[in-house]
Amino acid sequence: MELLPTIWFIAIAVLWTGYLFLEGFDLGVGMLMKVFARDNTERRVLINTIGPVWDGNEVWLLTAGGATFAAFPLWYASLFSALYLPLLLVLVALIFRAVAFEYRGKVDNPKWRARWDWAIAAGSFVAAFGVGAALALTTTGLPLNANGDRQGGPFAWFSGYAVLGGLAVVGFSLLHGLGFLALKTDGEVRHRARAWFVRLLPVLLLPIAGWAVSLQLLSGKAWTMAAVVAAVVAAVLAWNFARKGAEGRAFISLGAFLLLGSASIFGAAFPVVLPSTLNPAFNLTVSNASSSDYTLGLMSIVACIGLPLVLAYQAWTYWVFRRRVSAAHIPQAHSFLPAIAAKALVQKD
Amino acid sequence: MDALEIARWQFGITTVYHFMMVPLTIGLGLVVAVIQTLWYRTGKPEYLRMTKFWGKLFLINFIMGVATGIVQEFQFGMAWSEYSRFVGDVFGAPLAMEALLAFFVESTFLGLWIFGWKQLKPGLHLACLWIAVIGSVFSAYFIIVANSWMQHPVGIQMIHGRPVMTDAWAVFTNNTALVAVPHTLFGALAVAGAFLLGIAWYHLWRRRHDGIDTVGADGRVIPGEAAAIPGRDRNDHTVWIRSLRIGAVVAMISFAGTAVTGDLQGKLMFEQQPMKMAAAEAACHDGTGFSVLSVGNLGSKNCNDIVAVIEVPGILSFLAKGDFSTEVKGVNSLLDEYKAKYGTTLPDNPIYGDRAGQPIQYVPVMEVTYWGFRMMIGFGGIAALAALVALWATRKGTVPASRGLMRLAVFGILAPFGANAAGWIFTEMGRQPFVVAPNPDPSGIDQVFMFTAAAVSPGVSAGEIMTSLVVLTAIYAVLLVVEVKLLVKYIRGGVASSMPELMHAPADKSDDGTPPGGAPGKPEGDDVLAFAY
Repeated sequence: MELLPTIWFIAIAVLWTGYLFLEGFDLGVGMLMKVFARDNTERRVLINTIGPVWDGNEVWLLTAGGATFAAFPLWYASLFSALYLPLLLVLVALIFRAVAFEYRGKVDNPKWRARWDWAIAAGSFVAAFGVGAALALTTTGLPLNANGDRQGGPFAWFSGYAVLGGLAVVGFSLLHGLGFLALKTDGEVRHRARAWFVRLLPVLLLPIAGWAVSLQLLSGKAWTMAAVVAAVVAAVLAWNFARKGAEGRAFISLGAFLLLGSASIFGAAFPVVLPSTLNPAFNLTVSNASSSDYTLGLMSIVACIGLPLVLAYQAWTYWVFRRRVSAAHIPQAHSFLPAIAAKALVQKD
Repeated sequence: MDALEIARWQFGITTVYHFMMVPLTIGLGLVVAVIQTLWYRTGKPEYLRMTKFWGKLFLINFIMGVATGIVQEFQFGMAWSEYSRFVGDVFGAPLAMEALLAFFVESTFLGLWIFGWKQLKPGLHLACLWIAVIGSVFSAYFIIVANSWMQHPVGIQMIHGRPVMTDAWAVFTNNTALVAVPHTLFGALAVAGAFLLGIAWYHLWRRRHDGIDTVGADGRVIPGEAAAIPGRDRNDHTVWIRSLRIGAVVAMISFAGTAVTGDLQGKLMFEQQPMKMAAAEAACHDGTGFSVLSVGNLGSKNCNDIVAVIEVPGILSFLAKGDFSTEVKGVNSLLDEYKAKYGTTLPDNPIYGDRAGQPIQYVPVMEVTYWGFRMMIGFGGIAALAALVALWATRKGTVPASRGLMRLAVFGILAPFGANAAGWIFTEMGRQPFVVAPNPDPSGIDQVFMFTAAAVSPGVSAGEIMTSLVVLTAIYAVLLVVEVKLLVKYIRGGVASSMPELMHAPADKSDDGTPPGGAPGKPEGDDVLAFAY
């Protein structure tokens, strides 16, 4: 087994886990804009819990994508081209969601806000579902030929695993978003989020458990099966902490669940990075899809410097904005007119 | 159209669009950081107002750059999988580094800046903006390193038919990148300069039009106040005249910068991609003359119908070599060289699909290269000249009362955008038919190149790419309308649109916020989120 490609497989697993941990809760909070928040003030509470951090969280996705390109170009090329239409949907969702966060509060008009609220909620759902489907399919396989190109038309990627993976990330993100709101807000929103977290945990984690377990049946190893069991324990702990009102510990336990679950999934898939459902000889693996040792060595040095720095300043950001947000902190919407004399006079009357 | 052509249109449309947001982000970010530094150092309220107003417009635009940037990274794998497979060992690294070392910095510290007005001490808050802006400059560097490798591949060896990186230093100090980075950054500053100039001109004109500012017998401005309009006080006049002057100076300096770096870039390009430069000149025959105007069928690609109507002898040699007499090779003689070196027909390889065996068109679309080159220089020059005129016209403290001139200044904002777009279209289309151009350096790696025809994803159907082209173009069009409307709304609102505190307070004070170097303010309070969502 080559050392550097293995290290980079682990690095990419870490990047995806970091992405799901961080953007997981802001995708969840985004979806909760519609089903959870009851009025405009609550929606603004929700947005402001993730306001300073969501963009930084999304960069984990770009870094996971970029690192896959740099370290495993064949994996990147095959996965992204095979999933052309679903990734287009993810892109559309991410575009609308990003713009919505910034533009929603820029015009003081209920209709305008309602449109962007939909963009945030639907964008978060589609992005979570699409990323989940793509990750599930890279572990369970796509119909690829010897060159790594998809056979069978634009929808040949579709399978039950795509749906399972999509639901897995949607479910996890919703739960993680509830846990995050319980931790980051105060008052009515905090209590409701905690209650929903306790009530919905078993349902919301079911699809991700289904994905992890079915992968163990396909290609599990002893340690990855142990990780699944440990993940279940972490989920029970999270449930129990939340029930007792220990929001911080519940949040950390759910984080441990993700870490263990993700280790079990990536571990079970290793050393295949993208199986071909047509012929196992066409499988893309850690050895046949990777870049040269020179490039991987260079990227390792960069990652060893860059990643700890990222973790440090992102952690600092969370520290700076550690205060809980509540309805009382939300200022009035800012409404203004053009700075034109005629308009100002009209307004005076 | 087949998959290749649709994918090329998609890449062109999405990239040119993305690169409308990006230069404004980089240029305006630098300008806002300088202005906030001035506020931090002097404590003058007009600098706080300028920071908040230009900062708000910066953010409205920034998010569009972020949203459209994700498409760029995904697109290589989605539509250009063969390209990604071929170049991944070299090309992926700068993209990954951009995300890890630059984009993380940019987005995290910008979040801190947006939300940290009260939570952070003023110095630290300012530092966050500087870090974010420097992050965006590094971002530009990494992307241009990646692009420059396509223009001029270095630092590699061919192993099993693919270029493999052997010298990272050569890749990251590619001379093509080292001149393209400052050229791009000056281009970005030119956009910011015209943006400040046009908008500040509008407000100064508005103040005169509304009778707030008047002009004395000596022609000097007498700033006034309008109590009925939030933020329209005497200080407001200072905000706009200073913004206008900063914008004009930035526009002129950046034009000089693009000219100097562009000249260096041109000289390199005559060596690295002679066909691109010959096509930029529509120069069919070897010679020394620079064409001021050529007519005829530029698109004919065979050079026989093109007539140089006005030609200045010697200038082309100066652009290429720095003297007035060296003969510069024209399209016709280069064509023979290219055919001898890289073949006359596309190889019989399934990777080329229906195009296998077809003759290779080594001459790029000359209408695009010829006019793209001239539009880049023309728009850039017009903006710089306008900035000079604007400085002179406002020497007595305000703008002329003419509505037409105001409109000209506002529409002038578009000129540097046009120059940026024309420059990129020229350099990318001028590289065709190669996606990775061959490097003709004597020490170079001559046989490392890739035809664009081989780069597209073989497994993706034309219908899929057409779907994404239509969907993305439609969304981009809608979002452009939304962005411009929002920008116009905030611009017309004046400084008060970005400073809610100006709406309720007496106009003559209370807008200087936290004094620099003073207490960071209470972490509690209603106004904590006022700048945010």
